[in-house]
Amino acid sequence: MNYFPDEVVEHVFDFVTSHKDRNAISLVCKSWYKIERYSRQKVFIGNCYATNPERLLRRFPCLKSLTLKGKPHFADFNLVPHEWGGFVLPWIEALARSRVGLEELRLKRMVVTDESLELLSRSFVNFKSLVLVSCEGFTTDGLASIAANCRHLRDLDLQENEIDDHRGQWLSCFPDTCTTLVTLNFACLEGETNLVALERLVARSPNLKSLKLNRAVPLDALARLMSCAPQMVDLGVGSYENDPDSESYLKLQAAIKKCTLLRSLSGFLEAAPHCLSAFHPICHNLTSLNLSYAAEIHGSHLIKLIQHCKKLQRLWILDSIGDKGLEVVASTCKELQELRVFPSDLLGGGNTAVTEEGLVAISAGCPKLHSILYFCQQMTNAALVTVAKNCPNFIRFRLCILEPNKPDHVTSQPLDEGFGAIVKACKSLRRLSLSGLLTDQVFLYIGMYANQLEMLSIAFAGDTDKGMLYVLNGCKKMKKLEIRDSPFGDTALLADVSKYETMRSLWMSSCEVTLSGCKGLAEKAPWLNVEIINETDNNRMEENGHEGRQKVDKLYLYRTVVGTRMDAPPFVWIL
Amino acid sequence: MAYEKKVNELNLKDTELCLGLPGRTEEIKEEQEVSCVKSNNKRQFEETRDEEESTPPTKTQIVGWPPVRSYRKNNSVSYVKVSMDGAPYLRKIDLKTYKNYPELLKALENMFKFTVGEYSEREGYKGSGFVPTYEDKDGDWMLVGDVPWDMFSSSCKRLRIMKGSDAPTLDASL
Repeated sequence: MNYFPDEVVEHVFDFVTSHKDRNAISLVCKSWYKIERYSRQKVFIGNCYATNPERLLRRFPCLKSLTLKGKPHFADFNLVPHEWGGFVLPWIEALARSRVGLEELRLKRMVVTDESLELLSRSFVNFKSLVLVSCEGFTTDGLASIAANCRHLRDLDLQENEIDDHRGQWLSCFPDTCTTLVTLNFACLEGETNLVALERLVARSPNLKSLKLNRAVPLDALARLMSCAPQMVDLGVGSYENDPDSESYLKLQAAIKKCTLLRSLSGFLEAAPHCLSAFHPICHNLTSLNLSYAAEIHGSHLIKLIQHCKKLQRLWILDSIGDKGLEVVASTCKELQELRVFPSDLLGGGNTAVTEEGLVAISAGCPKLHSILYFCQQMTNAALVTVAKNCPNFIRFRLCILEPNKPDHVTSQPLDEGFGAIVKACKSLRRLSLSGLLTDQVFLYIGMYANQLEMLSIAFAGDTDKGMLYVLNGCKKMKKLEIRDSPFGDTALLADVSKYETMRSLWMSSCEVTLSGCKGLAEKAPWLNVEIINETDNNRMEENGHEGRQKVDKLYLYRTVVGTRMDAPPFVWIL
Repeated sequence: MAYEKKVNELNLKDTELCLGLPGRTEEIKEEQEVSCVKSNNKRQFEETRDEEESTPPTKTQIVGWPPVRSYRKNNSVSYVKVSMDGAPYLRKIDLKTYKNYPELLKALENMFKFTVGEYSEREGYKGSGFVPTYEDKDGDWMLVGDVPWDMFSSSCKRLRIMKGSDAPTLDASL
């Protein structure tokens, strides 16, 4: 390759798109590093505190698309206080100052403010795409700036964010000249929606392929919207309360029949299930169905809908579907690749929840299954062994038995053997979440067999430090390890400090690690940020006589090239 | 419930049943919700719980469990059945739509056309003959209003409004 001019090499690199591959290319030699960095347009930063905007811009001056992730994963479950960090403003400010031609920004678990959205909307002439997942800190005023100022906006995709809805007129802030929208997802907004503005916007957006509405969009509006957007590929229905005899419903039925390109359906935030049949004509085209927020759709209406969806590849559903419902899925959806079964009754103990039988049925009926998230009441080793035999191709396997520490409900044994079978059979497994009664043995299996494992979530599991050590020593590709309420302590934490250089992060909460252990680690590894999150009082930790032996409630450590962050709140102590 | 022992004011630490091996001091968490279930020795856990407690700590009392995004938790629907003594059919309400007891009681009053008396911790509901009760996760029938709202809304499985003479008062048994 040394004999080719740079432009040729660069052209070859254009065909290499995955981040992993591009990172690998840049390590080959100095010349490739240089060519690669100037031609890199998309950058992914899995931990916003691992680097900073200045370094990013120095290395990739031609950046067009940036993905940033902020808070650790367990923040999703309220284990991380709101003010912990993950602020996007400094990034946007730096990008704006540098005049880089940013076109796309994707953020996950970050704190976004109206100020940052406004700055974003004004600073990048070609800005096209904003995707916010699980973010917080902004209001519909921020959305109004984006709508008003981004002349070439293509995607505005808001997924499960906490947005303060000022019930304003953000939708009417899209100028009449804005006709470029391809994706508009505002399902997570709680407030009223200006239906007139919405309909006009959709009517003048011929490229609109993905539209996800919030619950304030009633059926008659849906009918009108679908009538003027037959090119729709991905639809999120907001409210679906309807009267089967109404004119709106007839209009809707007609409009749906014309949407021959529709492949993905979601929403039904409020739904009258007997009117689902309006969608039956297009179900045979659907590849993705997300009914995980549709609590009112269950029983025979749900089953009938699913029976029409023979091409489904992705299904997100509530556990009210029951084992019998999952058997229907198994016999109908032969193309299924990803299944998520969420708990419907968060009070627990529901009779309609799913068990190991549903999981086994799915594994037997869906040979292409590679990703599963399954919340259930009970599990057995035998079932997991069968699942492993049926589906050796799992990439992601996340099992959550709702009651912590629950053993195999038939044999009362720990579930070590079941999960062991999974990791042994699934040689491509990259992500695993454990639950139920588990001893150190399961970690021995994981360390031995889970060679490709990158992310592991542990809760209420294990007996001794050996468990954690098996994982740290065995899983060479581990990137993110998150542990809660398990008896792992300083011995495991400190056994191999250099391991953390190969990992993105480690989270340990309500474990056995002590303050002196963490201090020791911080001393040995200055290239790590070792954060102690203590909501009660960090000072009290120091004054306490048993200082060193004091157990640390929450530990979050991550590799970084830019040292201690300056924006940590008082309850975060960075050693 | 097992975790009441943490607010044991008599401070009988030595006689207190606790998790883990003897000789270790366990940090007592101040919050109502326990944020961890430490079990160094799981078999011991089953044996050392309070006598009154016959079921494991309920999952609704553990912070961040089940591991479901708060957005999803906030948007989940949790309908509970509401029965009123003497009414011909039951109703269902979504507890998530109410933020506190006054809102809930007002909604119940509207739904069933009655008024509930005044609540006091000492005497329950006095004045109207209607007593709102609920079945909790353990299957026990409890008086509405005794525990903090969040604890109530996450453990209430169904509601029953007991009427006048049918509602046994605590005094009656003494």
